[in-house]
Amino acid sequence: MGVSIEVQNLNAWYGTNHTLQDINLNIPANHATALIGPSGCGKSTFVRCLNRMHETNPIARATGTVRIGDLDIYADAKPVEIRRRVGMVFQRPNPFPTMSIYDNVAAGLKLNGYSDHKHLDEIVEKSLKNSALWDEVKDDLRKKSGASLSGGQQQRLCIARALAVDPEVLLMDEPCSALDPVSTSKIEDLIFQLKAQYTIVIVTHNMQQAARVAENTGFFLNGRMVEYDATHKIFTNPSDKRTEDYITGRFG
Amino acid sequence: MSTSAFELRSKFRALTDHTVTVLAVVATILVIVPLAVIFAELIYKGLSSLNWDFFTKVPAPEGETGGGMANAIVGSAVLLGVASVIGIPIGIGSGVYLAEFGRGTKLANAVRFTADVLNGVPSIVMGVTAYALIVAPHISWLPFLGHFSALSGGVALGIMMIPTVCRSTEEMLLMVPHAVREAALGLGVPNWRSVLSITVKTASPGIITGCMLAFARVAGETAPLLFTALGNQFWSTSLNEPIAALPLQIFIYANSPYEDQRRMAWAGALVLIVLIVLAVSLVRYVTSRGVLKGNS
Repeated sequence: MGVSIEVQNLNAWYGTNHTLQDINLNIPANHATALIGPSGCGKSTFVRCLNRMHETNPIARATGTVRIGDLDIYADAKPVEIRRRVGMVFQRPNPFPTMSIYDNVAAGLKLNGYSDHKHLDEIVEKSLKNSALWDEVKDDLRKKSGASLSGGQQQRLCIARALAVDPEVLLMDEPCSALDPVSTSKIEDLIFQLKAQYTIVIVTHNMQQAARVAENTGFFLNGRMVEYDATHKIFTNPSDKRTEDYITGRFG
Repeated sequence: MSTSAFELRSKFRALTDHTVTVLAVVATILVIVPLAVIFAELIYKGLSSLNWDFFTKVPAPEGETGGGMANAIVGSAVLLGVASVIGIPIGIGSGVYLAEFGRGTKLANAVRFTADVLNGVPSIVMGVTAYALIVAPHISWLPFLGHFSALSGGVALGIMMIPTVCRSTEEMLLMVPHAVREAALGLGVPNWRSVLSITVKTASPGIITGCMLAFARVAGETAPLLFTALGNQFWSTSLNEPIAALPLQIFIYANSPYEDQRRMAWAGALVLIVLIVLAVSLVRYVTSRGVLKGNS
């Protein structure tokens, strides 16, 4: 099941560049929440702070409180434990090139020492079914490399890989920006189904996509969160002038 | 007017294209010709001395004809085995450190600089070094010291392999896309595990090529063996005894006053090259069997 996310006074830096300033936000469980805003506004940095991927860059740091379920991720836990509970799908599909489709999906479990092979088969099948890829790859699971799939299939493979470790939250950082419209619509359908089991946070450049998949939307600008509200409110009747200017295409 | 200027430009481009293609072909031929000449020469001069005895017998006593280089072939295999056991793990380990754990640190810069210098050290100096470390010292409770031995020759060759393996491993690891590392970390895989199981595995074809280059290079080295493995006219596979090696035997026979031995030297050189090609091909075949569809 998904859990809620509570963010208080989150600040983040790259070197001396203050990329996120005083973010406060509550993301409800089992909902899809979209983050929109122009390039460089901090929305990617924000999701990377939710699973502590931000700090894998040696010059980056973050302060503040992020509660995922009842876990305070900056105080109570190690980054590797958090990343098992908070899965991530990246902008460009990044399957492990030397691994088969099966091994790509099983990678998160295998590399963390899980070795119950019978159970692994079930998890791989379930994850690929959940990411709507099973029917397309079930005959080549161990024969084909993850890199041999099309871009859209690769991205669904990456979703399956993230789901296989059974996270509570799924972060998606512009998951469709490198994909064609057909693949994009498949992934959007998927987000609808996955909401039942996971809390989803999706960064997107595409405002129509935010409107289609998310109940709530946050608008980021210059490292701050300008507005956060129900998606239909943001797109029809935003409270902040800057949100309206962005939505109507006056900048960004 | 504009049309003719366009035509002129097109012609110029076609000419440039043609010229560059021809130059590339010429360069390719210049690379292949010396290799082909060497191979042809070796076959021409060496093939006639190759027979069953060459692969099964030890060198004939001075002045007698016949005999073979069986002991040198086995000796080279022993020396290269010792060298690989020393050179490949240390080389790969230091390369992984340079690319993954020590990036930007002073230690890493020092190691990289040392490796580059080591790569330029003449091979005979490596031999003298191994001599000073292993052959010269006499320490009563370390029986493998204090005399010429296969071990000292293997150490000399192994040290020579380290810089090549180290630097090529580093280069290959740096070519692994950042996205692949992020994918592993994003799954909650600890960094050390991600490096070993994902990054190194992704780069492994290149790393293996680096190891093969280093192996092939030291396989033909003579100078580092002169004061270490020393050579041996008889059968020996002991790491504690002087051992024969193909390059050493070729060196000795090539300087021989006997026509028969000089012919044997040519045959030895041919066998050395063929064995290196076989060893490299075998490793490539074995390591490429696990590759999946859709990967090059």
